[in-house]
Amino acid sequence: MALEKKIRELKEKREKMLLGGGEEAIGKQKAMGKNTARERILAILDDGSFSEYDMFVEHDARDFGMDKKHLPSDGVVIGTGTVSGNPVAIFAQDFTVAGGSLGLMHSRKITKIMDHALKMRIPLIGINDSGGARIQEGVNSLAGYGEIFFRNTISSGVIPQISVILGPCAGGAVYSPALTDFVFVVDNISKMFITGPEVIKTVLGEEISMEALGGARVHCETSGNAHFFSESEDECFSQIKKLISFLPRNNEVRAEVVETVPPDSSYDIDRIVPGDPTLPYDVREVIRAVVDGSDFFEIQEMYARNMVIGFGRLGGRTVGFVANQPLEMAGVLDVDSSDKAARFIRYCDAFSIPIITFVDLPGYLPGIDQEHAGVIRHGAKVLYSYSEATVPKLTVILRKAYGGGYIAMGSRHLRADFVFAWPTAEIAVMGPEGAANIIFRKEITSASDPDEVRRQKVEEYKEKFANPYVAASRGYVDSVIEPSETRRLLLHGLEVSSGKHVQMPFKKHGIPPF
Amino acid sequence: MAYHPSDYLMTSDDMEKRANDRLNIDHTWYITRISQRHAARKPYAPADPGLISSFIPGTVVEVMVSVGDTVNEGDDILILDAMKMKNRLKSHIAGKVTAVNVKPGDRVSKGAVLAVIECC
Repeated sequence: MALEKKIRELKEKREKMLLGGGEEAIGKQKAMGKNTARERILAILDDGSFSEYDMFVEHDARDFGMDKKHLPSDGVVIGTGTVSGNPVAIFAQDFTVAGGSLGLMHSRKITKIMDHALKMRIPLIGINDSGGARIQEGVNSLAGYGEIFFRNTISSGVIPQISVILGPCAGGAVYSPALTDFVFVVDNISKMFITGPEVIKTVLGEEISMEALGGARVHCETSGNAHFFSESEDECFSQIKKLISFLPRNNEVRAEVVETVPPDSSYDIDRIVPGDPTLPYDVREVIRAVVDGSDFFEIQEMYARNMVIGFGRLGGRTVGFVANQPLEMAGVLDVDSSDKAARFIRYCDAFSIPIITFVDLPGYLPGIDQEHAGVIRHGAKVLYSYSEATVPKLTVILRKAYGGGYIAMGSRHLRADFVFAWPTAEIAVMGPEGAANIIFRKEITSASDPDEVRRQKVEEYKEKFANPYVAASRGYVDSVIEPSETRRLLLHGLEVSSGKHVQMPFKKHGIPPF
Repeated sequence: MAYHPSDYLMTSDDMEKRANDRLNIDHTWYITRISQRHAARKPYAPADPGLISSFIPGTVVEVMVSVGDTVNEGDDILILDAMKMKNRLKSHIAGKVTAVNVKPGDRVSKGAVLAVIECC
């Protein structure tokens, strides 16, 4: 039968393609602790849901002996599938084929699936594992990168875009992940940099290992380029699935609502925050005491730890948490923590995810390094993002809310919809010691016992201003609440604001202090 | 995970160990962890106009002055090859060359003091 023969032919052709760069190259990939491109896709997607496209695409480059080179699927696998039933578009560069290098057809496959994702309004997952541009294809590969960056930008805020770095991602190639929403990295496997150790050594004479320059840990702890750290590819894949479960498919629909699970009853919310405002505690305990199932999915856990961001659910609906972390750097706002919070707030706003803010900070970090690093414009990003966000914004002031930090952290003045304060809240222009030293400078310096007078004045100030009631008397705080009422009132606030509608003045786009 | 949330929960032992980890904001000492970046920040030093320093790592290709020479503001001191550019480093002040720390062919790191001019 002719048909049977043709089907057999197709099967054989497919089998050849599925081998990618061949068994030897696959062996090398495995020896590095890495999965192959198709294995990675299958591990992320629901069983049997992957549909591959453009398997038979090949390059037609002629120069430098490329006409004699056969590169299966041109080194990249693309397709669609589902994650927990939700459709996604996905591509994975195949390092076993010419080092996953990006040539014209390789890039056209990627842009084809990106166009598809945008048109169908479904999330895009990109798995990067590539040595970089395919030098033999010259400016065609540069064009390819440019086409990818353009699509990343146009899709930004329309569909969730997730980048997974499972190998090298160097030179211009890093800008695709940088333009996407979330970057996943795996220890000892991910490597990202603009200029590698070799170039740095020859040009600048500085020696550094690949891992120390652009390994997973560096991008999670130091540069802030990556959002999720894991120790194996499997751990990374389960993180990706978990993240997707919190996200809506696109910016016109809401994230899936799941069954409400109460927080773990072992969290005693009344006992987490010490009364003394100078003592530390882990603000994530407060989040876990409030969030559904005590399940808080933290983002950028290792970067700028004085600010905590992440997803959770309240009443089965996805919310984004932004919280100062008194455990680290007293929870101050500084260059990095401002950056971290501001981008996350904009993410939540773009995808209609309500923002819950927990406030406990002494203000901005003083220092020459901070001033010179531009804490003014970086700090301004927080103000901008909160002000611009039109999703429901609910703020709980747990303890300190001093000065500019009070304004920045989702205050009434930046249009929070609900502002609650715990009785431990101290909403004031600055801490009692600093304020007393300024207001009563004369009394203190002219006193016969300055220390005693200072102590008295600090007490006086504390008594009068270090509480939530001055702000509450002006209506800046809607309600002073018991900690144990927090979850109920947040649920209520979300319910009330489910139909929130805000009309912004016409603009092409704002000019945030990038 | 290398950083498990429980790492952050301080036991009384930790609190004791970290008794010196404090941060002062507006005359108040807060007990808290100090980030590595904050701990490693460099103290500020005002720029000394007499120092000829490498603003970029590179290779010295030519030195135009010797110790004892008198130079005017804007005079060429040396040429530093970096990033495919031959950068001419000039004196910010008029004065006397009191030190030349490099010779042609030397590779220098960023911020190295290459020569010193003393104001007259």
